[in-house]
Amino acid sequence: MIFSRLLSGDLPRSRVLAVLLLAILAGLLLTPFAFPGAKALNVAAKICIFIVLVSSFDLLLGYTGIVSFAHTMFFGIGAYGVAIALNRMGPTWTGVAVGVAAALLLSLVLSLLIGLFSLRVKAMFYAMITLAVATAFQTFASQLSDFTGGEDGLTFKVPELLSPGFSLSEHPFLGVSLDGRLIAFYLLVAVMLVLFLLMLRIVNSPFGRVLQAIRENAFRAEALGYRTVVYRTYSNVLSACFATLAGALLALWLRYNGPDTSLSFEIMIDILLMVVIGGMGTLYGSVVGATLFIIVQNYLQDLMKLASEGMSKVPLVRDLLHPDRWLLWLGILFVLSVYRFPTGIVGKLRAKARAKA
Amino acid sequence: MNAVTPSTLALDALPTVRPDRIPLLLLPVLALVAIPLTGSFSTWVTLTFAGLAMGMIIFIIASGLTLVFGLMDVLNFGHGVFITLGAFLATSVLGRMTGWTESESLARNLLAVLPAMAAAMAVAGGVGLAFERLIIRPVYGQPLKQIMITMGGMIVGVELIKVIWGAQAIPLPLPVAFRGSLLFGEAAVEKYRLISVVIGLCVFAVMFWVLSRTKVGLLIRAGVQDREMVESLGYRIGRLFIGVFVAGSALAGLGGVMWGLYQQTVTPEMGGQINVLLFIVIIIGGMGSVGGCFIGSLLVGLMANYAGFLAPKVALFSNILLMVIVLMWRPEGLYPVGKR
Repeated sequence: MIFSRLLSGDLPRSRVLAVLLLAILAGLLLTPFAFPGAKALNVAAKICIFIVLVSSFDLLLGYTGIVSFAHTMFFGIGAYGVAIALNRMGPTWTGVAVGVAAALLLSLVLSLLIGLFSLRVKAMFYAMITLAVATAFQTFASQLSDFTGGEDGLTFKVPELLSPGFSLSEHPFLGVSLDGRLIAFYLLVAVMLVLFLLMLRIVNSPFGRVLQAIRENAFRAEALGYRTVVYRTYSNVLSACFATLAGALLALWLRYNGPDTSLSFEIMIDILLMVVIGGMGTLYGSVVGATLFIIVQNYLQDLMKLASEGMSKVPLVRDLLHPDRWLLWLGILFVLSVYRFPTGIVGKLRAKARAKA
Repeated sequence: MNAVTPSTLALDALPTVRPDRIPLLLLPVLALVAIPLTGSFSTWVTLTFAGLAMGMIIFIIASGLTLVFGLMDVLNFGHGVFITLGAFLATSVLGRMTGWTESESLARNLLAVLPAMAAAMAVAGGVGLAFERLIIRPVYGQPLKQIMITMGGMIVGVELIKVIWGAQAIPLPLPVAFRGSLLFGEAAVEKYRLISVVIGLCVFAVMFWVLSRTKVGLLIRAGVQDREMVESLGYRIGRLFIGVFVAGSALAGLGGVMWGLYQQTVTPEMGGQINVLLFIVIIIGGMGSVGGCFIGSLLVGLMANYAGFLAPKVALFSNILLMVIVLMWRPEGLYPVGKR
């Protein structure tokens, strides 16, 4: 019962999916102990951040049916908020709070403006307008170099408790030193869980149902008396705010922020791929998609390197399997999933479970 | 679609539509405003030619995009991939003909560049045919999927280009006779920009002729206005659409060659970077309107060059500023297309 309440009544509804989600959670929680080394910890942290970011994008794309290419803009605002505040005010918790608050406010205003001005138009125009706005914002951020550090970005110190220098105890626990990095990591996991459950709550509320109705048939939703523009704008604002929080987490973890780490269009494409491959319209899809994508991004290359070396005699195959071409395979998977299984991995799993029952 | 009112049935009163010429004035107005701002007349001439050249190349690329949208409501977010493809093909073709490109004679240079352009158009057109079949046809009428899948097509396309040509930037030097500039009094005009303007005008003239003087063009224009009506008269708009899509892709390939020569380097990301510019142009022009696209391209080109000279920091946003101003004046673009 408690479990069901915690998940807002939106259970995985597939045994395989439930196991998968538990495995992801357990994997994240146990990473510092099970997989030693900085790379594994960084990958796990990135998965946490992207689960929040991709879920917030799913709120917009999967639940409301709006394609926006400005999502990384809000992600970047969050990251820059924390980066600039900590850079100017020094490594204090007040700095973090000020940065997050200012970033949230800016995202709120911007997403409200973009929403009110342009959510009346067709999906395609909205996609184009957000693409243009996001490009302009990226240029803007890299031009304001006094403030944002330009192309070089900003490096800063985080509060004592989270910095690598801080140590909780002299003695390592299970072979892992209890330092600030570890605390930062678990803070990240905790915030991710809270934000994810909050979003799950939102999409399963009556408000979330209206969003889904708009996605399915905006005309009918309007006819039922829901002002679709208002709901779309709310959805836009909410998703922007969650993306901002994800950005703040990213900055806190990396202790650095620059245009390429949080604002670039490549990240936008990555998020789109994660949502679609995982499964649009279910937040669990974002979890699966983000985890799969980031693991592939970080570890498939090693595998491809082996395959490519094995194929070094065959020219074209060798180039296709070149480690730098991992995005090619994910891109093909993406295209296939858009028209073969638009509900993504999660949708497939649920359909299988339904067929069995 | 439209209600038949008695007046449209009257035989004698086929109203002549007065052509809307106000947007045409924007170009000379913008150019005239720039004269006092730039200070010297010769600088102005140089900038204007640079702007026109850039505008012409953008027009060549964007014209297909806007027509495809007008005909079938398909907006191809992957259009940029044809630009990249064209540019990379040019590096391959011209790279093999260095003897001709390094020669001083203009004729030999042209004999190298023209095959490069032809190859780029042919291959981009062929790939466009496959792209339409594999990527776009399965998702007709589903805008959300269309946006995503054309984006996906772009990702795959760019990665495949990297497989073939590698991920690094490739230099694409101008043929010798295209280098340098001509002097008109005090004003220097780069030769290549002059050539771009000429090619652009030729493409515009041919396109204008096809659209306004041939039956195919008539059907295309009618299809952009009202697809169902054309279909109900017994024409297969689907075939027409494929033809337009392939032609648009081929033109994007040609534009890619020209843009690559303009920048003198070619990168796999170039198509994606131009995409935003293309969208701004077709929004300014009115989605589906070739005439609007032409004016929009030239406006964007001129604005980028004037602003780049006067206030380089503002230049990066000049296009978006231009779009906002135009949309405030005409919310559906310079030449709104009827049905939307």
